Amino acid sequence: MTEPGRASGADPLDALAADWAEEVEGTSYVPMAAEELRAHLRDLARLVVDAVQADPPRPEVGAEIGRRLVAAHFTGPATLERTVVLLSERLPALYGPGLRETVPALTGALAAGYAETLRDRTLGEQEAIRRAVLAARQHTENALHASEARFRAMFREAAIGIGLGDMEGRILEVNPALCRMFGYTPEEFTQRSVVQQMHPDDAPSVWERYERMIHGDLENFRVEKRFYRADGSSMVVHLTLSLVRDERGEPAYQVAMLEDVSERHRLQEHLAFLAYHDPLTTLANRARITERLGKVFAEAGGSSTRRVGVCFLDLDGFKTINDSLGHHVGDLMLQEVARRLDACAGEGELVARMGGDEFVVLVEDSHGVDRLVALADRILAVLASPFHLVGQELVVTASIGVVEQAVAETTASELMRAADITLYTAKAEGRGRWAVHDPGRDETETTRFSLSAALPSAVAHDEFFVLYQPLVSLADHRVRGVEALVRWRHPRLGVLSPSLFIGPAEETGVIVPLGRRVLETACRDARGWHAEFGAGAPFVSVNVAPRQLHEPGLVAEVAALLDTTGLPADRLQVELTERALTIDEGAPLKALDGLRAMGVKIAVDDFGTGYSNLSYLRKLPVDVIKLDGSFGEGLREEELSDEVDERIVGTLVALGHALDLTVTAEGVETAAQASRLRALGCDEGQGWLFAPAVPAGEVAALLRRGRPLGGPATGLRRSG
Amino acid sequence: MTYRDRSVMVTLEAREARVQRPNWAPAEVDLDRPSAARVYDFYLGGLHNFAVDREMAARAVADWPELPAIMQANRAFLRRAVRHLAAQGIDQFLDIGSGIPTVGNVHEVAQAALGDARVVYVDIDPIAVAHARALLEDDANTGVVQADFVDVGAVLEDPVTRSLLDFSRPVGLLVVALLHFVGDERRPAEALARYREAMAPGSHLVLSHASADGAPDRADEHRSLYRRTATPMTMRSRDEVAALLDGFTLVEPGIVFLPQWRPDDPVPPANPERFTGYAAVGRRD
Ligand SMILES: C[S@@+](CC[C@H](N)C(=O)[O-])C[C@H]1O[C@@H](n2cnc3c(N)ncnc32)[C@H](O)[C@@H]1O
Repeated sequence: MTEPGRASGADPLDALAADWAEEVEGTSYVPMAAEELRAHLRDLARLVVDAVQADPPRPEVGAEIGRRLVAAHFTGPATLERTVVLLSERLPALYGPGLRETVPALTGALAAGYAETLRDRTLGEQEAIRRAVLAARQHTENALHASEARFRAMFREAAIGIGLGDMEGRILEVNPALCRMFGYTPEEFTQRSVVQQMHPDDAPSVWERYERMIHGDLENFRVEKRFYRADGSSMVVHLTLSLVRDERGEPAYQVAMLEDVSERHRLQEHLAFLAYHDPLTTLANRARITERLGKVFAEAGGSSTRRVGVCFLDLDGFKTINDSLGHHVGDLMLQEVARRLDACAGEGELVARMGGDEFVVLVEDSHGVDRLVALADRILAVLASPFHLVGQELVVTASIGVVEQAVAETTASELMRAADITLYTAKAEGRGRWAVHDPGRDETETTRFSLSAALPSAVAHDEFFVLYQPLVSLADHRVRGVEALVRWRHPRLGVLSPSLFIGPAEETGVIVPLGRRVLETACRDARGWHAEFGAGAPFVSVNVAPRQLHEPGLVAEVAALLDTTGLPADRLQVELTERALTIDEGAPLKALDGLRAMGVKIAVDDFGTGYSNLSYLRKLPVDVIKLDGSFGEGLREEELSDEVDERIVGTLVALGHALDLTVTAEGVETAAQASRLRALGCDEGQGWLFAPAVPAGEVAALLRRGRPLGGPATGLRRSG
Repeated sequence: MTYRDRSVMVTLEAREARVQRPNWAPAEVDLDRPSAARVYDFYLGGLHNFAVDREMAARAVADWPELPAIMQANRAFLRRAVRHLAAQGIDQFLDIGSGIPTVGNVHEVAQAALGDARVVYVDIDPIAVAHARALLEDDANTGVVQADFVDVGAVLEDPVTRSLLDFSRPVGLLVVALLHFVGDERRPAEALARYREAMAPGSHLVLSHASADGAPDRADEHRSLYRRTATPMTMRSRDEVAALLDGFTLVEPGIVFLPQWRPDDPVPPANPERFTGYAAVGRRD
């Protein structure tokens, strides 16, 4: 406590104020600097001293001192205690013991005044803070109210259905849009539960996710699922379900937002149906098969053991039915076929119409070819009974290509191609049957086989056409002749080159009618050029197969052809392979002699590639040798020329010339090559440098332009 | 167990949790929890507080007897700093985290020095705001805004702020005993930078900040007490406080303990580190 007399010697009032300040400093927070504090207390000390020294003394001033202390925020409990003790001790010490009676009365009044003021202040501040609480609450409530009103309006006006449920799945609140969607009143709705919104079509995952959300493991999810309306009808709804958590983060409510997408769904389904179905038969269509196959192959990885199979069928002779009985009957038949196919297809078998009279049955997860064969048998059986259409009884058969393979071994398009080719095999083998694709068999052989099977009908349907490749004089690059080259416009495989079908045509003998057609066409076209260009018209060189030479009527046929077309015989040249000539047989040679006698020229094609008995050449009735393109290959480069090739070509040319033959070089591709061949003595050239094979009309156009082909002939620039 | 059974279980728990309000509702006036503003008022000898607040303060003081002194030192620093700014001619103040208007409020200090200083008080605590509004109703030179310090736009664009303060002239921005209630995840430095951008050159930032530098153990306990309030505490070291002042030029004596900042008494206070809290004033150049 205070040491008496500490401030002795100074003004007693100052001393009292200084001691007082020191005592109460820090007992309360007063917003004053130390200096201000002392000044404030000095004022109070003066009041105190004046009061006790007054005559009579006025101890009641103490109450005012207490009041002022509280007003200056000396509210700490220690402030009062220390003030009372200080005044009791220091006043008598500083101003004389005579004050001993007055001081207790003064400090008592001070304590009473302090307590009263502090009580008022306490009540006042408590009142103030309570009012602040009320105001804050009011403010919060208003804000909440406004915000709630906004949300209410949104809830009520939303075009989308909104429902609020508790965690037990009870529906607590619904908005008008939701009521309209379902046809329930709000009361009816709140009597229902979320679980009652189950639909038999729901995927299990929907309710799994619901469960996870209820557990708080999922914040929300979206699904498209079916709901029943109040009237029992079904609708498709886009549903978003979200969890609402409480303050502690525990799941508290669920909010559902629902949008009726039935219309959109129906439209989508309809579009999907259209996209994937054949309108005539309502079977699946090609797109659907492609999509299914795509899925099968995509789902099965490379190591999958999954197998897949197809039966690819078409109706034998459907075209005839269509042509003779009309499209209407044809369509009815296709519909009936579709119906029967659909009826005999089992689980996991998808029947589709690919177009025309082609159908496919796709078997996913086939587990072996047996199932496919059984299916093919069933198909043949269901189609076997006669069709009763528009009062007629019609019988139709089908050919079926069967393919069954491991998914890992093939691709969707390979599978379908194999099925297509196998269908051809079935047709070639005599129709009304199935054939099984044999993956062990060489693909090209399969193709060849199916091509040779298709050749007869291709000739009958006139699927071939002829192109002409110019043969030019190497001296001036002008057209001297053209070689007729046949092409097959295959209905499925597109345009095929002779290398693909001449072999099979020879084997099957189809080459005879085919060769005849080509000869006819070539003569007719050549006659046209002759009519237009006279002496400047090119000769036409036509390939003749050995088999044709064996035909007894060949010479007579050619004579008749020249006669009917009016083509001069010297405008026709017949090309034979070396192999055809080396056959030491009478009939072919006779035929050649006969042709030559008429004035038709004979050329040996691909000269130098076969086994040539050169001495034979001397005896043979030949006018032209065509050097195989491989000989000229070494002569193509501008700067570098293969000397060996040059020598060989030179020798062959010399040989040909020695026998008085025209020498034609095939496969001429560069100007350098053309000049070299010319320098080596070749008479004619043929190849891309001059022109590719072109249609007859283009030949005429070329001739009309009359320009040298492949640039003007140039002299040889010898290198090094 | 079917999902129904489980959902019943979960539901019961949820019921116990007593769902109070959806997230989009405004902040609750919650008298069950102590509030930093009211606890602070109690430390300063104010009576604008409730039993929960006093109880919390009592527990805090039991662990850390210097607390009231620290709080008082803080309030005293605020007073000295405002006077210093007023002496520089600054007559408009933005006091964020102003708390309950208790004793020695900014407008009183400033108006005592300048006569017509303008002050905008900002606090996040709805009760503190309501109280301030009631108290300052009649003072046309003051205004009160309820906003979050980090929501800089809300503070600066509030009509009250805009009508009272002129940001083309120097402003005193007070963030006294505020930022330890703003955790790093709320990016207080970015907010400060935005305030700085909005202030004219010559403006000042007055900052004080609780720190554990002087009393790490006590600070830990203290922090855990504040976890019960709506405004948990983040003590910061001297370096971290310095980082917050980035972009301001420190006014003498720089970053110091609370009582050391331009004390009224020429006699330096004993053991200033007892007052674990930093004070600083920075100028925007
Ligand atoms: C300890 S008081 C400080 C009062 C006054 N500034 C002083 O130093 O004397 C802290 C105040 O900051 C407020 N506060 C806390 N976090 C806040 C925030 N993010 N935005 C605004 N005020 C906040 C509290 O409500 C409290 O009133």
